[in-house]
This record gives sequence, C-alpha cells and structure tokens, in this order.
Amino acid sequence: MAILLVSKHDNAALNEATAKTMTAAKAIGGDVHVLVAGENCGAVAEAAAKLDGASKVIHVEGAAYGHRLGEAIADLVISMAGDYEHILFPATTSGKNVAPRVAALLDVMVISDITGVEGPDTFERPIYAGNAMQVVKSGDAKKIVTVRGASFDAVGEQAACPVETADAVADPGFAEWVEDSAETSDRPELTSAKIVISGGRGIGSKENFAIIEKVADKLGAAVGASRAAVDSGYAPNDWQVGQTGKVVAPELYIAVGISGAIQHLAGMKDSKVIVAINKDDEAPIFQVADYGLVADLFEAIPELEKQLG
Amino acid sequence: MKVLVPVKRVIDYNVKVRVKADSSGVDLANVKMSMNPFDEIAVEQAIRLKEAGQADEIVIVSIGVEKAQETIRTALAMGADRGILVKAVDNVETDVEPLAVAKILAKIVEEEGPGLVLCGKQAIDNDMNATGQMLAALLGWAQGTFASKLAIEGDHASVTREVDGGLQTIKVKMPAVVTVDLRLNEPRYASLPNIMKAKKKPLDVKTPEDYGVDVSPRLTVVSVKEPPARKAGVKVADVAELVDKLKNEAGVI
Repeated sequence: MAILLVSKHDNAALNEATAKTMTAAKAIGGDVHVLVAGENCGAVAEAAAKLDGASKVIHVEGAAYGHRLGEAIADLVISMAGDYEHILFPATTSGKNVAPRVAALLDVMVISDITGVEGPDTFERPIYAGNAMQVVKSGDAKKIVTVRGASFDAVGEQAACPVETADAVADPGFAEWVEDSAETSDRPELTSAKIVISGGRGIGSKENFAIIEKVADKLGAAVGASRAAVDSGYAPNDWQVGQTGKVVAPELYIAVGISGAIQHLAGMKDSKVIVAINKDDEAPIFQVADYGLVADLFEAIPELEKQLG
Repeated sequence: MKVLVPVKRVIDYNVKVRVKADSSGVDLANVKMSMNPFDEIAVEQAIRLKEAGQADEIVIVSIGVEKAQETIRTALAMGADRGILVKAVDNVETDVEPLAVAKILAKIVEEEGPGLVLCGKQAIDNDMNATGQMLAALLGWAQGTFASKLAIEGDHASVTREVDGGLQTIKVKMPAVVTVDLRLNEPRYASLPNIMKAKKKPLDVKTPEDYGVDVSPRLTVVSVKEPPARKAGVKVADVAELVDKLKNEAGVI
C-alpha cells in the first residue's frame, strides 16, 4: 500500500523538512503521495510534484489548513487514511500537533520523531533527550510517523508527477486563528542552515546577542540559542535548540557562552563539527566540541568577526 | 470549572540516564524519580486559574506504578484538590503508551466532566509528545498545544503556541485540552505545611480494568542502545588558530 506524506509549507514555499521526510518515505518503500493542504498554495503543490520519489500530489485548498489548525488537518488526513498503510509527517511543530490526533482517531500508536528506518514497521527514535536510542516495531495496521529532519538528507528533484486536487472536508470549527508573530529575517532557517551559531546565558542580554548576529551574517549562518538564553528573554523562542526546541545537525555548530546541559546537547550533538567558546574550561560543552576555545566571549566573538573578513 | 491535570512520574531530569547492558531499556532501579517538568507547569497553571477564580477544583491523575501516588501528592502539596491513581503496571520500567493513557484519561474525563484538561507537552522519558493530542482526539475536543500563554475567555480559550516560526495565537472552543510549554509559568515549590496537608487530601486508586481499557503496548521495543559517543576534540589557543582549523583542517568555512 502507498504512503501519504503530509507536507510542511507556509502556503508560498515548500519547507525543506518535506524533502527530508521523503527520504524516510523512500526507505520504507512504496508509492508516495504528497498532501499539500493550505490556502493559495498552488505553487507549493507544483514544487512538491518535483520532489524525487513523489508519485502523486494531492492539493487541497482551505483557510483552516492555511493557518495550520490541527483539528481540521487531522480530519482531512483521516478522510484519506483508508488508502494508506503509512502516514508520515515532518517532526515540526505542525506535524507533532497533528500526527498524534490522527493516530488516536485511527486507534493506533504514533511513532514520534524517528531518526532511522529499519523496516516498514521498525523505526529508530531517540528517548531521554537523545541519551538513549530506541528501536520499536509497530504491531498496528497503520503506521503514523513523524520524521526528524536533522537525521535525513533532503531528496533531489524529479520530473513533475501529476497533481490532483481534492475538496476540503468540513471544518470541525474547534479553533479560530488569531495571529502569527515571527521576527522575519534574511538569515537561513535554523533547521536547514549549513552553519549555526548559538548563544547561551553567557551572552548576558538581548542587546549583546548582536555580536553573535554579526558573526552569523559574515558566515551566512542561522542564529540559535540555549533554553537559558530564551528563558531570560535574550532570544525569541523559535531560536531555541534542544530537547524541546529545534534539533539541528549543521556542518558547523558554534556554541558561544553555552555550558552544555544535556537538554541542549540533545538538539545539536549530531552536528558535523562543533566549536565551543566559553570562559569556563570545565563547561560540559567542551566534552563534545571538536574545537574548544577557553576565552571571554566578549573579546573572542568580535575578534572572530574581524578575522572572518 | 473543574480542571483535570494528568501527571507522569519520570526519571528526574538531572539524573544521568544509563542504558542497560542487555539493551532492553534504561536502568530505572534506585534512581531518583520526579514529576515530569512539563506536568509541573500544567499543575501550576491549574492552580493559577483557581487563584484567579476561573477554576474551582483541580483533579490530578497519574497512570503508572503504585509509587506514582508520590507524584500526585506533590501536585496536591502545590495546591491541587484531589487525586486519582490508576495503577496500570507493577514494573517501573514498563512504560504505558500515550494511546492507552489517553484512553484511560478519556474515561476519567467522562466521569469527572472537567471544562479543561492541562497536560505537559511531552514526557522527558519517552519524548513522544502525544498524550494531549490523543486525548483531545478521543474526546472530540479542541486542542491547544505547546502553550506559552493561556487565557480563559468564557466558552473559548486564547492559546499562544510556541511553533517553529515563532508564536501562533489561536482561540479554541471549550472544553479543550491544552498542552503546556516551558515558558507558560514557573512552577512553585510546595511548602512544608502544604506537604503535610496534602497527605490528607483524597486520593482514589483505580485500575485500567475499572475503565475497561487494555494497556498492552502497540509498539514492541526491539532494543535500546547508547547513542554514538562524541569524543572531545582539541583546545585551540586563540581565535586565529580556531579560524585556521575551521578553514584548513575541517574545511567548514
């Protein structure tokens, strides 16, 4: 039976998490149908048709889908579920919101945040903030899975597959969208950036984060933060890297003024190269860093910016 | 309005997790256990609603081993009114899956008739992030997940959610399930007199059979292993050496 992949997008562009989830779908095997549900999202459906591995795109228009309202999207997915043995979501906040609701409505257990596919019913996933890796085998008829983007490469492009349109199902009327607030930025997205530079409590204030941002702009990097920095109001919530924030695995991760609590390490320890800059040479972050610099960040970071030319 | 708060007894978040040599799971014998940190935030929020006159009774539910009643007592000491322990397993290392937990909770909600269920967004042991959404589905209720702000406004709740792109505010119809994120509040500590008082608050003990729910797992754990270890690298003397290494050794800038 086929796989339904519920895409992540912002109505204008397909999010890279979708292309990464496709890699997991291909590892499971079978036809992959990509659901693009949103508002004025025709361009997204066209982009999804070019994802290597897609055999069909199902395009559904609806205001509730455009605002990512979980109950409405769950009802839409349920209306299609009969045709599929696997339903995959990127493990983004949208996917994590909807997938368990879909699973419960189908009376199956959700399999959250997988990092590996060992077979069509067997998956690897982190538990205890990534301090242990669990392999689970599902005995359910349908597998509802969320896929961790940092653990899968994005697929490439193909010649476009067919795009079909389908009707929205009735809006259950549980929720009403009020507003989205986000700081817009020209920097790359945290979860797909090649380089991430993150600041922790050591940064000391919201204003001081500017020194991190300057280096980020020199490197074309995304900016991240530890939970301590976000809790202290130095950085917005969507910058948080860690067990309950975002999980990243860039080519280069630079941790500045971050001590390295296990909850933070859970979000970045699969990065290819890790740099730690901290004045405390006992900080646990140095135990996972490829390159450690024991220094006052307020001297080291402006110097780094200068040397990057 | 009655508020129901499910709480889970998990390994304390400061304890270093040890994977068992036979790959069957994580060693939980004789380690410190505490209330799941997200659930503490849910309990705190329920108490604040009561203090604001928007809730009149707070019922705590825990599903797990006998000792989970200690976790319920902690919530009662913080200020909740009464507890229900559903003794579902004998072995602390047997995790009751979110689907089974949600089914039991759905039955309790039918009996108790709360206007709001407040859950932690995820348990820090299995990291599933599922129970609240599953409960909302089974009840046919609205869900407001990953809440960093919550305001009850008559028959609706305004929920500000922490999402990948920043914050999203939605209005959900009550009754609703709201799952809470880190920045909703800072949970209080229970005072000694309140800990003593909590010992006298009512606590019912039930079993999954009382609710007609089968808790046998849908997922079989094949193995639990240590993640690949990362080795500490080298210390560099200064920024110049760091830039040189990143350019010429690692080739990442």
